[in-house]
Amino acid sequence: MIDKIELNLLKEIADLHGIPTGAYNIRKNGQSEGRGQSAHIHIENREDGRGIVITVDPGTKNESVHIPVIISKTGHEETVYNDFYIGEDADVTVIAGCGIHNSGACGTRHDGIHSFYVGKNARVVYVEKHYGDGEGTGERVMNPKTVLHLGEGAKVEMNTTQIKGVDSTVRETEAHLAANAVLEISEKIMTHGKQFAKTAFSVDLNGDGSACHVVSRSVAKEDSRQEYHSIMNGNARCTGRTECDAIIMDNGKVSAVPRVSANNVDAALAHEAAIGRIAGEQLVKFMTLGLTEKEAEEQIIAGFLK
Amino acid sequence: MLSLENVRFSVNTEAGKKEILSGVSFTVDSPFTVITGPNGGGKSTIAKLISGIYTPDSGRIVFNGEDITGLSVTQRAKAGISYAFQTPVRFKGITVSDLLNVASGRTLSVVEACDFLSSVGLCARDYLDREVNASLSGGELKRIEIATVLARKTPFAVFDEPEAGIDLWSFASLIRVFENVREQINGNIVIISHQERILNIADRIVVISGGKVDRAGTKEEILPTLFGQDSACSVLKGKMD
Repeated sequence: MIDKIELNLLKEIADLHGIPTGAYNIRKNGQSEGRGQSAHIHIENREDGRGIVITVDPGTKNESVHIPVIISKTGHEETVYNDFYIGEDADVTVIAGCGIHNSGACGTRHDGIHSFYVGKNARVVYVEKHYGDGEGTGERVMNPKTVLHLGEGAKVEMNTTQIKGVDSTVRETEAHLAANAVLEISEKIMTHGKQFAKTAFSVDLNGDGSACHVVSRSVAKEDSRQEYHSIMNGNARCTGRTECDAIIMDNGKVSAVPRVSANNVDAALAHEAAIGRIAGEQLVKFMTLGLTEKEAEEQIIAGFLK
Repeated sequence: MLSLENVRFSVNTEAGKKEILSGVSFTVDSPFTVITGPNGGGKSTIAKLISGIYTPDSGRIVFNGEDITGLSVTQRAKAGISYAFQTPVRFKGITVSDLLNVASGRTLSVVEACDFLSSVGLCARDYLDREVNASLSGGELKRIEIATVLARKTPFAVFDEPEAGIDLWSFASLIRVFENVREQINGNIVIISHQERILNIADRIVVISGGKVDRAGTKEEILPTLFGQDSACSVLKGKMD
């Protein structure tokens, strides 16, 4: 049974208002709460019992799979391994995410390790949202790791969002791209209170014609801290670009440590990092349109993290 | 109707206090007023004082009988004053439609947003979802800036050098935008401008020079005094006389 609190977690992380149709696996407090298969997407337990294996048949088009994780039991800690095998020429959307409701004093932690093996010319949109709530004093901790292996001509679009309620997160993303593979990553993070978020990307552009674009936008409010690390290795004729754009407010602190390494004369890599407070003129523009300073701030941040 | 009454304004510089406006008084009571004059004379400062971005050292600003000198930018905006920036502000993630919605105070339908954009010569389909960032040209940003002011439908609007920073081609069509606006206004519009074609559609012209009102009057009175002689030169001439 999924109760109201859990339903809210599902809504926040997966935009789900109940049990989804098609392929899905809902994990609740470490147990499978429900699973659905489709004709072309299969979900099995891993042999070691520490997660699931999702297999998408070659040529599967326009299907989606939901694999939300919800934790409502205070003190629950887990590490989960999920493997995705995406067949050649498939075109699918994977909606993952973790919601923690912690009403107790013990820490709750979910570490999700997702490995993707994306076949030739397949396309994947991977959406991952992290959310936490609950009135308890226990920490809500999530440490996601995503490992992406993109085959020839494969394309992965990865959109991750962590806007509210996660006290501590270390997010790691590792990618290996074969020829003509394309990876686009868009990350949105907002931290407040005493939260800490670290994000680290490591991308190997191994095949000719491969391309990667990482855009990280974040807001650090109050006493929160964030770190952005990115390593991009251009090992072939490739293009790579990382952007870290951060707004700091109050006592928020952000550091960006980018590294781009071109190991091939035809590798073209670029990095851009901008950290600073909201520009005064942006606030004034919205104030001349009738918003108060606080409303202007909210509007600018909402747009920035949209 | 808006009046400046003996407004003084100074800034602190490394060399000490520098007076930008030394007692400026004039009233805007006709539909279309153009403020002109040499660079550095204090024109943009007047626009910022009207919108509340700057506060005068002394003097009063009166809007429809109410003393608004102490009101904040937000309060003045709510009182019905709009301000178009000389250099439009760029954002990250804020779209044209976000700006138009905030400006109009509600979520506009595509048809309504289209009306505002087409009156500045832009097609809504191409622009509503565009981010207001560096990917837009100077001319496009200017038009969007003007559209946000039009969307507010306030009885008073001040445009700070709408021609600044845009190329000649964009300028020609911008003039048409203001000719259009001229037809539609039901309040007072103030434009700070150097352009003869904008001065040509004015009802009244105020010449600001050296931090003071040099002269003011109807277009017929002032326009002939502006061209054919360099205005900076005429100021010097006045001093020599």
